[in-house]
Amino acid sequence: MAWETVIGLEVHVELSTKSKIFCSCTTEFGGEPNTHVCPVCSGLPGVLPTLNKSVVEFAVKTGLAANCEITRYNKFDRKNYFYPDLPKAYQVSQLYLPICRNGHIDIEVNGVKKAIGIHEIHMEEDAGKLVHDPWPDSTLVDYNRCGVPLLEIVSEPDFRNGDEVIAYLEKLRDTLIYLGVSDCKMQEGSMRADVNLSVRPVGQTEMGTRTEMKNINSFKAISRAIVYESKRQIEQIEMGKRVIQETRRWDENKDATYAMRSKENAQDYRYFPEPDLLPIEISEEWIEKAKAEMPELADAKRVRYVKELGLSEYDAKVLTAEHDLAILFEEASAICNEPKEVCNLIIGELMRLITEAQTSADKISVSPEKTARIITLTVEGKINRNAEKEVFEAVFKEDVDPDEYIKEKGLMMLNDDSLVSDTIDEVIKNNPKSIEDYKGGKQKAFGFLVGQTMRALKGKANPQSVNKILKEKLDKL
Amino acid sequence: MIIDDKLIAYLEELSRLHLSDDEKERAKEDLSKIISYVNKLSELDTEGLEAMSHPFDYTNNFRTDEAKPSFDRELILKNAPKSKDGCFLVPKTVE
Repeated sequence: MAWETVIGLEVHVELSTKSKIFCSCTTEFGGEPNTHVCPVCSGLPGVLPTLNKSVVEFAVKTGLAANCEITRYNKFDRKNYFYPDLPKAYQVSQLYLPICRNGHIDIEVNGVKKAIGIHEIHMEEDAGKLVHDPWPDSTLVDYNRCGVPLLEIVSEPDFRNGDEVIAYLEKLRDTLIYLGVSDCKMQEGSMRADVNLSVRPVGQTEMGTRTEMKNINSFKAISRAIVYESKRQIEQIEMGKRVIQETRRWDENKDATYAMRSKENAQDYRYFPEPDLLPIEISEEWIEKAKAEMPELADAKRVRYVKELGLSEYDAKVLTAEHDLAILFEEASAICNEPKEVCNLIIGELMRLITEAQTSADKISVSPEKTARIITLTVEGKINRNAEKEVFEAVFKEDVDPDEYIKEKGLMMLNDDSLVSDTIDEVIKNNPKSIEDYKGGKQKAFGFLVGQTMRALKGKANPQSVNKILKEKLDKL
Repeated sequence: MIIDDKLIAYLEELSRLHLSDDEKERAKEDLSKIISYVNKLSELDTEGLEAMSHPFDYTNNFRTDEAKPSFDRELILKNAPKSKDGCFLVPKTVE
């Protein structure tokens, strides 16, 4: 029998606000345990939350980017559950009136376009972190992360395979980074995906029983978990067993999912409207303002780079895949007006340097001004291609001033034709055999003489002028 | 709504509380009274009225996104019955 896999995603992203959603503690990642904590986020009795306006603004922007309807009158609800990662014993979330609904995100897999439905996007607070090891009978709790604002982005069950899921997650990540809403670092947990998966015979419209895989922390692991879980469910059904609705955990080391011990009644969250927070009303002006402030997203940039700046599809794709590279490209190009050169330097040199230094594009400090300066010097023939790479590497590693560095290292090209001419005279005098060979029609001898001249000038002469002067002199002999 | 043993057992589980037999009986009585007291509200005619989640006609109470110093950790942990290595120490929980 042919089977079809049906997948829906719940993606949690931590927002890049400075402070938490309901208090002014920092959202900074890490820090000593419980040092980013106050009475509000540690859930002491009697405290009252106040909503961070940026959270609402980020949610509206995300909703607009995901083609959602913005819920003009929305509010928070309490999701009750008893677990020590939430000191209040409830999570403030949105159930009845989430801020965004009915959107879609367009993806492309192997040239085929597809729209993935967005069921809703809601605002909520993150929970604290539990450390189970190595205490056999107790658990350590750190509330630094508790109250960090989250958006939960819930898709429709529109995915049919892992490739579509990965394309969607990449698109979503790019969009959120371009919007400045989240840094989406899976390894730091600022982007987390829960995968809901079921299988059904091809042609059947009714859904199969689904399982949920929680918090898988890399795109690669998500791909593998989807392949594994589809196969497991199909095998269950083919063996005459049934799929049990449960939460399963992906074990990276064993390459398998296993059932988490599920608490009975765990699903009874007894939601009710949050009485401590007032409803949110989003006006037409607010939405218009958000629309006006929307930055150009990756897809639009890609098209513009090809159409207006003359880059290849491939180059445009590579540059826009990293927001920081795209910004460096645009700013440097605006200064030196040589987009193709900037593109080559970023893709050819910068990306190599980033890989070698085992860092990432968001952590580097190469300024657009210095990048543009190096390119201008190269294009104007003041330095050669080797020097261009050398200076750029020095800027990358030590943030040197390009002009000073070139002067210090003597990388400037010679503009002095009389020096070139004198050097050539010397080379001709010292190589009578090659002159004879050249006169006898051996072109290789010409190249040898050019090489000798460049060597004598330590490679700093413009090869075109060496060629030209040498030719003139030889023809006169 | 009938408050029976089954419901009491369920509430015990949700709230992680263990009641003695005496306490269970008292809880049954109290909860029944509370429910019937609140049920008085059902007598009101709410036909055509929109549900309210808040008694005030007021929205958009926001805070500007500004990070300020958090509390001293010692102060935060002072309320914890047990702490270790700067963390709250709670009975082992298994997800």
